[in-house]
Amino acid sequence: MENVLEVKNLVVDIRTQKGIIHAVRDVSFSLRQGETLAVVGESGCGKSMTMKAVMQILPKNARITDGQVLFHGKDLSKYSDRRMEKLRGSDISMIFQDPMTSLNPTMKIGKQIEEVLKLHRKEMTPDERRKRVVELLDLVGISNPETRYGQYPHQLSGGQRQRVDIAMALACDPDVLIADEPTTALDVTIQAQILDLMRELQKKVRTSIIIITHNLGVVANIADRVAVMYGGKIVETGDVRDIFYSPAHEYTKALLDSIPGAGDKERLHPIPGTPPGLMKPPAGCPFAARCRQTMEVCEKFMPDFYDQGTAHRAACWMLDPRAKEA
Amino acid sequence: MTNDCVKDSMFRKVKVDEAEREHLDAPMTSVLADAWYRLRQNRAAVAALFILAAIVLLAIFAPVFSRYSFKEPDYNAIFALPDKAHIFGTDQFGRDLWVRCWMGCRISLMIAVVAALVDIFIGVTYGAVSALFGGRVDAIMQRIIEVLVGIPSLIIVILFLMAFPAGVGTIIAALSITGWVNMARLVRAEILKLKNQEFVLASRVLGTSSRGIILHDLVPNAVSVIVINVMFTIPSAIFTEAFLSFIGIGLAEPQASLGVLINNGYQVLQNYPHVMIFPAIIIILIMVCFSILGDGLRDALDPQMSR
Amino acid sequence: MARYIVKRLIYIVVTLWVITTCTFFLMKKLPGTPFDPERFASMPQAQQEKVLEMYGLNDPVPVQYVKYLGNMLRGDLGTSFTYVNQPVTGIITSRLGPSFLIGAQAVLIGLAIGLILGILAAWHHNSGIDAITMIIAVLGVSVPNFVMAALLQYFVGLKWGILPIGFWTNWKCSILPTIALSFSATAMVARFMRTEMLDVLNQDYIVTAKAKGLSQMRILMFHAIRNSIIPVVTILGPIVINLMTGSLAVESVYSIPGIGSLFVDCIKGNDYPVIMGITVFYASFYMLVILLVDIIYSLIDPRIRLSKEQED
Repeated sequence: MENVLEVKNLVVDIRTQKGIIHAVRDVSFSLRQGETLAVVGESGCGKSMTMKAVMQILPKNARITDGQVLFHGKDLSKYSDRRMEKLRGSDISMIFQDPMTSLNPTMKIGKQIEEVLKLHRKEMTPDERRKRVVELLDLVGISNPETRYGQYPHQLSGGQRQRVDIAMALACDPDVLIADEPTTALDVTIQAQILDLMRELQKKVRTSIIIITHNLGVVANIADRVAVMYGGKIVETGDVRDIFYSPAHEYTKALLDSIPGAGDKERLHPIPGTPPGLMKPPAGCPFAARCRQTMEVCEKFMPDFYDQGTAHRAACWMLDPRAKEA
Repeated sequence: MTNDCVKDSMFRKVKVDEAEREHLDAPMTSVLADAWYRLRQNRAAVAALFILAAIVLLAIFAPVFSRYSFKEPDYNAIFALPDKAHIFGTDQFGRDLWVRCWMGCRISLMIAVVAALVDIFIGVTYGAVSALFGGRVDAIMQRIIEVLVGIPSLIIVILFLMAFPAGVGTIIAALSITGWVNMARLVRAEILKLKNQEFVLASRVLGTSSRGIILHDLVPNAVSVIVINVMFTIPSAIFTEAFLSFIGIGLAEPQASLGVLINNGYQVLQNYPHVMIFPAIIIILIMVCFSILGDGLRDALDPQMSR
Repeated sequence: MARYIVKRLIYIVVTLWVITTCTFFLMKKLPGTPFDPERFASMPQAQQEKVLEMYGLNDPVPVQYVKYLGNMLRGDLGTSFTYVNQPVTGIITSRLGPSFLIGAQAVLIGLAIGLILGILAAWHHNSGIDAITMIIAVLGVSVPNFVMAALLQYFVGLKWGILPIGFWTNWKCSILPTIALSFSATAMVARFMRTEMLDVLNQDYIVTAKAKGLSQMRILMFHAIRNSIIPVVTILGPIVINLMTGSLAVESVYSIPGIGSLFVDCIKGNDYPVIMGITVFYASFYMLVILLVDIIYSLIDPRIRLSKEQED
């Protein structure tokens, strides 16, 4: 299948008063037509920054210092602002973590969705636009779409607002939908509804989805493939089955051990310590300091990827043949 | 690549130092030390602090160390322009303006500081009582405040000044009866906010006594609100005094507040601008410095509000 | 909404009553009568009574108080001491024009320049225009309005002779006082707008707008400015207070026949009825402005509902 999106050796630096934070360090991944990729990692591991770099909506003090973002083979990091604006919201769109703050509080929700159409579907008449918005609201499961059209965000619940966000993102049938922790801020029952909705919509509109999350439950629920991020790097990628049933990287293993499994009577195994500061990232594997299997080499050198199967790769020294000998 | 340097011997397990697992980018510091650090980073605020300190020192010592008196006329030196003998020149009675300016500064600062202290005392008490008692007491006290905020404070001050003989004490009293309202509202709001905040709840759950809560949680937070408010009360008191004296209902000659000096200078502005310019510059300098310092303190004490 | 407004109006009436009562009894306690004591003593008894009755001074104080309140409800604020035989209400209304002209001009200038500066400063945060805005904001609240008025009069009026320095003859005379008054309003608006917009620009929905493909310009026009301009309404109250205070000094400096200079003159001349009248006028004007601001704010910001406050 064709790669809709391909990120190659992406590096993002954030300049702060105290120094440069190397938020994204040499990240590569690809996204195929119609698939759902989950990017998993603890907060601060660089997953949001990676996606903001793809969208070119990085904060002012952050910059792509190296690498490429190929969308249908064209490098977005070379695009001008004007060309990028045409793409955003129409070919690639994004929904955000907190539906309580991601909508403009003083604008009717119908108008906020319509704004996307006004920008990217200039041929539509006002009547057509309005009809399309009502249609979209209906599509994402909002009851009484005609009434909702004229309401303000504060009149909607969190789940409903996230649905509005999704409607806004899908308004122009994008090729890629990036969802940045779309369920984190919601109640558990609402979370399931939103995930169901996204799965259903993907079947209908064949959009490729990147979902950022730290919740492995969400991953199991929705993803085809998984990329595990740690310390600004991707440490393991593979099909969702590979990751859950034969994790290769020590971090992935620890992550899986730390969640309560169904019927699992054993104690939880939290990962001790905190992720490394990215102001001065460690020279070796970023996880070395917290790993159960740390070797001398882990602290000194960053491991390369070791293939574990057709599409399953992990960057861990434990996978090196020499590690088994020792 | 790196693999070339990797030696087989490196593939043996090592023990990781526990300390390396925690990565804290900034060392832990106390709230006040943190605020002080942030304030020192703010160059404008530090400059303002130094200028204010210089002004206060001059106000205290300049009149003491000058050979001129602030009220003795010298008819041989009327309207002298600034020179070596009279740094700021003299006024229509030949009085040395350098001494008079710092004397005026002294009085203005004194009025402002005392008014601010009274504000703190009444305002904090009122606000704290209202917030801590709650219920009906709070309701009544809030109704009173709601009536008071409807009255432009200048009117109260003016009426007060009409009722009592003009003087430093009257001005301080007049400023105090209106100034505390704002402080009371802020303190009440802060206490109510803190009362319901999670960390106070947390320390209560952890078994801290109420005294402990008040000392460790309420006081430091309330203090920053009070300090910030005082930084805006003092210049506003200095302004009000000068304003009243300027329009002729505050202090009057021979007393020398900044307002009196500016008023006096304004009378002869057309021919002898220096008489007004110097006190005007001093009052502007004081106001600017307090404004910058107030902003700096707010940013330092309340990092969430800073930008 | 209606209930809220009624509640607020009741507060206004109560506050006005408190002010009137306090001022009334204060004035009664103060020394000084409307007339020259020697001339008054030399009048024949009948004439004395007649004069006293004209000013309503021959009744016992409580009766005078009730009468005053009654008259006030009918818009009669008594008779001036210094402006012979002139009703206070008439004096005040005849002085409204110049004060309102200067005040309105100052508000408009303050809003226009302040908003532009605030928007530019926030949009180009940490740039030159931001620094200039902050300097204006600090100076605007720091330079006392009477100093500003005097300096403008000296430099622009006297030294350079560009504009008239006073005497209310034509519109040009209102320019300098307007500038002197508007300076602090400009500073207040600029500073408020800048803070508000920096806050809005940091909001998540601005990122959402960007992700939707809106250009910087559209984000500025349709999201950032719109949302940050709404709360600016709330500082109209403080601005009005500021202008009222400022007008006392500025009108005196430029000899403008407005309420402010009238107030100052009457305070100096112990014209108690006029002082009371202006006090009541200022207080009611201020409170009505505040009420109006709250109503407008609730109408233009969908998040605010006045009736909600009632439930709290």
